[in-house]
Amino acid sequence: MKIGVLALQGDFAEHQSMLEGLGVQVSQVRLPGQLEAIDGLIIPGGESTTIGKLAVDFNLMEPLISFGEAKPIWGTCAGAILLSKDARRPQPLLGLMDISVERNAFGRQVESFEADLDVPALSESRKGEQRPFHAVFIRAPLIQEVRGEAKTLSTLPDGRIVAAQEGHLLATSFHPELTGDDRFHRYFLQLVEISKAETDPMAGVVE
Amino acid sequence: MEKQVATFEVKKGLAQMLKGGVIMDVVTAEHARIAEDAGAVAVMALERVPADIRADGGVARMSDPGLIEEIMNTVSIPVMAKVRIGHFVEAQILESLGVDYVDESEVLTPADEEHHINKHDFKIPFVCGCRNLGEALRRVGEGAAMIRTKGEAGTGDVVEAVRHARSVLGDIRRLQTMPDEELMAFAKHLGAPYELLKETKELGRLPVVNFAAGGLATPADAALMMQLGVDGVFVGSGIFKSGDPAKRAEAIVKATTHFEDAAILADVSRNLGEPMVGRQVTDIPEAELIAQRGW
Repeated sequence: MKIGVLALQGDFAEHQSMLEGLGVQVSQVRLPGQLEAIDGLIIPGGESTTIGKLAVDFNLMEPLISFGEAKPIWGTCAGAILLSKDARRPQPLLGLMDISVERNAFGRQVESFEADLDVPALSESRKGEQRPFHAVFIRAPLIQEVRGEAKTLSTLPDGRIVAAQEGHLLATSFHPELTGDDRFHRYFLQLVEISKAETDPMAGVVE
Repeated sequence: MEKQVATFEVKKGLAQMLKGGVIMDVVTAEHARIAEDAGAVAVMALERVPADIRADGGVARMSDPGLIEEIMNTVSIPVMAKVRIGHFVEAQILESLGVDYVDESEVLTPADEEHHINKHDFKIPFVCGCRNLGEALRRVGEGAAMIRTKGEAGTGDVVEAVRHARSVLGDIRRLQTMPDEELMAFAKHLGAPYELLKETKELGRLPVVNFAAGGLATPADAALMMQLGVDGVFVGSGIFKSGDPAKRAEAIVKATTHFEDAAILADVSRNLGEPMVGRQVTDIPEAELIAQRGW
């Protein structure tokens, strides 16, 4: 399995070292051709306006959309904004997930925070037993609405949505790559495994 | 657990989101919009760019809060602003405005010739300049959540930024092969806090994000600093003192992303118009060198 990290701008190196710690082969993606050899892609945190502009200028928008239609993408923070259909402001979006987001929804940097989240999807099968996921929110967006096939994965205690999934697409407003907790990365790798098994019937077949 | 704000993780985290990006000096809301449209990851709001501060002389202070607020209301990207070294009241004012990052900067006239601000006291994060590893770790010890080279601001001459980046990164490489029993003497030699030096050795890098600043004027300058190993770049006078700021700003953003791709660097460097009029650092009398401010 090979995972790409979109390396136009942002904390892609943090995702890369997290994935490498899990024994996964990682490559950096800056140009369309680099999408070909990978099974899944992470769009990191960063400035969504910068990443969006560079994606347009280097002809990555269409290839990223086609990639996301076939294979898993996970967007953290700026990446979640890019995956959305609507960011309530004119800027380039991939529109792959049926979610709308509000940028800088908590305010400026002084309002950035850390908090523990319940993420039922990460529960490690033992009945009722679940460690909270410690999440770091940096000038974070909120997922205002999930529609259609998109489902909420986690909310803040007040009910506001901070993680969502639509099939093989994943969006989080926070940064699992900034904590030592690799459960979200492992969850994404599972989505990649499943997608790989579906698209390549020979994958996983032991001779 | 309740939500925790202003942790060091959160302060450092914003700088991590700026990595691989360009932070641009802007003096008006119009500049800020041009910078954002060109792909800047943040803007530094100030009244005069360093080249003008250098030319005008006199005392350079924190910018008018009205100007900073106007810029904050214009762009969606983070806004930084500068305070004088040691001037913690200017920092309190910027914190009350809600700027995203404070640059305790040698470009302004220092307010204290012995002490920097105790940055742990603040909820907003700080970036500070350095010329070497000791200075970088002293600033981190005071609470800086991001470091940049000082370079020599307002010159368009990249030589000092290169010197400072090589000094910091070279000493980090030396640390990697240094036995632990030599760390204390090295800490003493550098004037660096021992625990932070030890952490730097373990991480193989500074404990916070490390940008280049001071004298960068072209896409090639930005790519040079990135190849030397910094996490991103500040461009001050280099953009808005050039012939075609919007085009140059965009070119520097692209060069910072594709810093190892010479064909793209050639492409973005084409037909950029006049660069800022530079001033060779070796022609500047020692007393006028900005990088010497800070202790």
